[in-house]
Amino acid sequence: MPTVLFTSALQRFLPVPSAQVTGATIAEVLAAVFASEPRLRGYVLDDQGGLRRHVAVYVNGRPISDRARLTDAVAQDDEIYVFQALSGG
Amino acid sequence: MTERLYIGTHKGLFELARHNGVWDIVDLQFLGDPVSAVLAVTDGIVYAALDLGHFGAKLWRRNRAGNWRELPVPTFPAKPEDAGDDPHPWSLGKIWALEPGGVPGRVWAGTMPGGLFRSADGGESWSLNEALWHMPERRQWLGVAGGEQPGINSVLIDPCNPSDIRIGVSCAGLWASTDTGATWQIINHGMYNEYMPPERREDPIVQDIHLLSRCAARPEIVWCQHHNGVFRSENAGANWHELTAIRPSKFGFAVAAHPRDPDTAWFVPAIKDERRVPVDGKVVVARTRDGGRSFEVLKNGLPQRHAYDLVWRHALAVDETGELLAFGSTSGGLWISENGGDSWTMPEARLPPIAAVRFAPVLH
Repeated sequence: MPTVLFTSALQRFLPVPSAQVTGATIAEVLAAVFASEPRLRGYVLDDQGGLRRHVAVYVNGRPISDRARLTDAVAQDDEIYVFQALSGG
Repeated sequence: MTERLYIGTHKGLFELARHNGVWDIVDLQFLGDPVSAVLAVTDGIVYAALDLGHFGAKLWRRNRAGNWRELPVPTFPAKPEDAGDDPHPWSLGKIWALEPGGVPGRVWAGTMPGGLFRSADGGESWSLNEALWHMPERRQWLGVAGGEQPGINSVLIDPCNPSDIRIGVSCAGLWASTDTGATWQIINHGMYNEYMPPERREDPIVQDIHLLSRCAARPEIVWCQHHNGVFRSENAGANWHELTAIRPSKFGFAVAAHPRDPDTAWFVPAIKDERRVPVDGKVVVARTRDGGRSFEVLKNGLPQRHAYDLVWRHALAVDETGELLAFGSTSGGLWISENGGDSWTMPEARLPPIAAVRFAPVLH
């Protein structure tokens, strides 16, 4: 199963341990994570279900291409990393 | 009951209380997180809106027992296919204004990108005011500071009639509803916007309202700090006249109406608008007690040398008596007056930049 890991910056706000979940696309994988922590959805996605502007999702070290609908395919042993670019003071 | 003061800053929410005549910080929540709006209601219940940047807008509420809990935020519906040319995002940017609705459990939230939301259950759930959001005119609303997001900066509820609502929009004038938001009309006349092309200067929908404040005892009296000056209305925002006596300058963001005296209000002027600092490096409050015909410049206890504090629109507050005031600045300055602004004291603290100042209501 794909593994999803979350930035430690999110751990300040809610528990988001790394997880192995089922799913063939980024949307499916994230939906599986949100099912166990519903609050997390609003931290990662905007109201239209796209990635928040300042949140990034990488699969095996490469950014996903479809940030709006999250249709990028995910393989069984992929590692998905959800993080943000820290900026500001 | 102890007076309580809530300060929403760029790095958390500070609570102050007065003990033996001295105001001091008694609690700190959300350290490190920007607070965009705060609302204190009766029974110790406090709402705090956060603007986390990367992770979006959040909303928390403290209950009577003093425990904080995260609430759902207002959210926009799925953007329909035929709204592709809407210049504004259909996603919550920031909660900018939180106001009690005048009936138990009702709370209004004014947001960027210009959606007005209502909760009937103390913030446990929210519904978008569809009538306002789907108005064709909304697409003409200008974004704040040249951005893509307009913002509802003021939500005024008539204390005698909770179905009567006025909202101030940056930058889109003043909209009124007399049926709890079922229908809306833009009503403001008499304002002007200097930076617009001449043929649009007096158009109600381009008016750059920084903040509105309403006299609770005489709700037809509304004051406005506008980008181009200060204005007063005697008919609940329909007609406005400019108060040219304002000193030392007419630019600013904040305004506070006296809750009982319809002729008294406070402003915090600054140099307009490219610089946005106090005039001559002196922090002052302008007070009128005659309906705006004249203003006093209040400075007793305020820094008068090399002070560059700007006061944002939600960072000036007055309590229910009209005697207790507080304001906070972009430099973290916080000043409190217990005599209607005649003199000011500064609590012993160096705070982060301040966005919102709010007193908790006290039953007298």
